[in-house]
Amino acid sequence: MKKLTLKVTAVEHLSPLVKRFRFEDPTGASLPVFSGGAHLTVEMPEGDTIRRNSYSLISDPYDGSGYEIAVRREDKGRGGSLYMHTKVSEGDDITVSLPSNLFQLDLRAKKHVLIGGGIGITPFLSQLRQLDMEQKPYELHYAARSREEAAGIKLLPQAAHIHVHISEEGSRMDLGAILDGQPLGTHVYTCGPDGLITAVADQTARLGWPKAAVHSEAFTAPPPGEPFDVVVKSSGKTVHVKADQSLLEALEAAKVDIDYSCRGGGCGRCQTKVTACDGRILHNDHWLSEDERAAQKDIMPCMSRFKGTRLELDL
Amino acid sequence: MTMQFNDETFRGDYTYHNSPEAIRRFPFPFDQDTYMYSVNIEQHPGGPKGTPFEKMFDVDEHYVAEMKDREITLAEDPLRCQSLPHMELAGWDLLELIMVSKARDYPDLFTLHRDGNDWHWINKPLGIEKKFTFLDATTLPCGPMEYITRQTQGDFALLHERDNNLWMDAGMITSQADWSLDFDVGMNFFEWHAPVPKARKMGVFDKALKFLLAVGQGQHYRRLNWTMTVNPRLDTSPENYHKWGPEKRTITPENVGQKQFLRVELQTFFRLPRSNALAFPIRCYLMNLEDIATKPKWGRRLHRVLRDIDPDLAEYKGFAVNQKTIVDYLSQFDDGAPTSPGIFPD
Ligand code: FES
Repeated sequence: MKKLTLKVTAVEHLSPLVKRFRFEDPTGASLPVFSGGAHLTVEMPEGDTIRRNSYSLISDPYDGSGYEIAVRREDKGRGGSLYMHTKVSEGDDITVSLPSNLFQLDLRAKKHVLIGGGIGITPFLSQLRQLDMEQKPYELHYAARSREEAAGIKLLPQAAHIHVHISEEGSRMDLGAILDGQPLGTHVYTCGPDGLITAVADQTARLGWPKAAVHSEAFTAPPPGEPFDVVVKSSGKTVHVKADQSLLEALEAAKVDIDYSCRGGGCGRCQTKVTACDGRILHNDHWLSEDERAAQKDIMPCMSRFKGTRLELDL
Repeated sequence: MTMQFNDETFRGDYTYHNSPEAIRRFPFPFDQDTYMYSVNIEQHPGGPKGTPFEKMFDVDEHYVAEMKDREITLAEDPLRCQSLPHMELAGWDLLELIMVSKARDYPDLFTLHRDGNDWHWINKPLGIEKKFTFLDATTLPCGPMEYITRQTQGDFALLHERDNNLWMDAGMITSQADWSLDFDVGMNFFEWHAPVPKARKMGVFDKALKFLLAVGQGQHYRRLNWTMTVNPRLDTSPENYHKWGPEKRTITPENVGQKQFLRVELQTFFRLPRSNALAFPIRCYLMNLEDIATKPKWGRRLHRVLRDIDPDLAEYKGFAVNQKTIVDYLSQFDDGAPTSPGIFPD
C-alpha cells in the first residue's frame, strides 16, 4: 500500500473531546486530490507495534495543499485516538495512506440527503464541498446530544440546507419528516451510531425507497477486548493478540501477509477463512451477513475477536 | 531525437506497417510456450527502457494515424463514444491524468501549463493548441473524456463503482476486439464479460473484480491480453463485422505471414481521484506473423502456443478457421530449441 510521510501543521480542539489535525507535504508539494467521503489510514507507531486507524477526510477534496481529519477521543478504545490526542502535535512527522473511498456519493442522484450523528458528521464535510462544486442539490442533517459535543458545528457552513439538531435543546432529528416527500431519485447517506443507520434503513424501507439509494458508513475503530491466541494455518505459528490490539494488528506484527483497506469492518478486504474454530467468534464488523456470522467460517480480522480454545485461520 | 510518425491506414489499402524499432518494442504477450487464461497483473508503469511499459501512456510511431482512424470511425458512428451524465467528473479526472502524464513523459511532443483551473494544452503531433478551464465543460468543444481520448491511442472504458460492482458507464471504443460499447454501456463487470469461455467457471472474474475494487489511488496496474486479426484493422467491432468478418476467408498459405496479425491489448487500470471511478485504457498493438518471426524466440514460441491452444479459446480468439494455415506457416520458424523465460526477445 502506497504511503505518504507528511508534517502535522495544525492541531486544534473543536470540542473538549474532538481534535482537528492538518497534514501537509514537508516540501510543500501538492497532495493527491480525492473524492467526497474518502478516508486516510494513519499509522501510530508505539513500541514494537504499529497501530493503524482510518479517519474520514474533512477538508476540501479538490484542495491538494493539505489533508484534515477530526478525531474523537475514546478513553475506552485500543489507544489509537488517545495516541492522536496525546502524542501528536504540530511539527511532528506522520505516515498516512493515500485517500481511499468506501463511501462515495452516487452522482446519478437527483438530490442527496446527508445524515450525520455525532462524530459521524466527518465524511460529510468533504462530501458537501464536492456537492457544492458539482452544483448538486443536497441537504445535510447533523444530530448531536449537546452543543458542547457538537464538534462539527464549527466546520459546517451556515446555510438554509444545513440543519443542526441538538437533542438537549429539544430539537431532536425527525427522520420521518426529513425523508418523507423527498423527490424521486433522492439518495440518502448516513454515518453515525448503528441505531441511526438502522433507523434510516427502516424509515426508507417503509417509504419504499430503492435499496440502492440508501448508503451508510458505520466504520468505527476496532474495540479492545480480552487477549486470545490464533493459529496461522500455513506456518502453524501461534500469534498472540493483546487486549489493546486488533487481530489484524497482531497478524501484521507477526509479519503475516494480509490485505486491508478500511480497518473498520466496512470494506470486506480483510475477510479471512476460518479453518478451525473451537469457541465463539466475536464479530464486530459490518460486512458479514447474519448467516455468515453464525457459520463461524469467516472472520474480519480488522474488527473481530475470539473467545475459546482454538482459532485457526487460512493464512 | 523526436519521434517520426507513420503515414499509414488501418482500413482500405491497409498500409499500416511496423519499423524495426516498433518490432523490437512490440509487447509480445506470451512468457512461456503455452497459454491459458489467467489474471496476469503487474504494476504500471515500469519496464525496460524503450518498451511500451515504461511510460504511463505509450506514444509510438502509429499515434497520428491511429487518431485519424478514430476520427473516421466516430464520424460514421458517433455512439462509439458515450458517457452517462454522472461520468463527466471521471472524464475530467482522465483528462488530467493523461495530460499531466504525457507532458511529463514526452516534453517535446506535449506541453501543459496550469494556473489554477486555467489550463493551456499543446499537442504538437496533432497540431492542437487549446486554452480551457478545468472542470468547465463549456470551454471544450466536446466532453472531457471525448476531448482527451481523441488525442490518445487506445480504447478507454470508465467504470463507476457502486453496490460492490463496476459499471461501464462511459467509454471511447473504436478499436475493440469484437465487443460493443453501445451494447455494453451501463452493464456491470459480470454482464460485459459473459461471452468469455471457461473464465467464469474458473472463478477468474470473481477474483478480477475483487482485485479491481481494491485498486487504490496511486497504484496503477496492467495486464496483457491478445487475439488474432486478419489485416491491420483497428475497428473490429460487432457493428462492422460485415466489413472485416469476410476478410478472414482471404488467408492463404502464401499471404498468411503478411495478412495475419497478432493483436495485443495492453490493459491498464487507474483509480481516478475526484470521481473514485476506475479508468480502464485498452491499448492495441498489431504485428503480422512475418515481423514477429524476425525475433527467433517469438517465432518458436508463437508456433507452440497457437498449435497447442485449447480449441474453445482458438474459437473465441477468432482464428480457429485459419489455425492450420497459421501453425503450418509458423512451423518453419520452430527448430524445437528451448525458449528463454519472459516476453522480451533474446
Ligand atoms: S479492512 Fe475493511 S473490513 Fe477489514
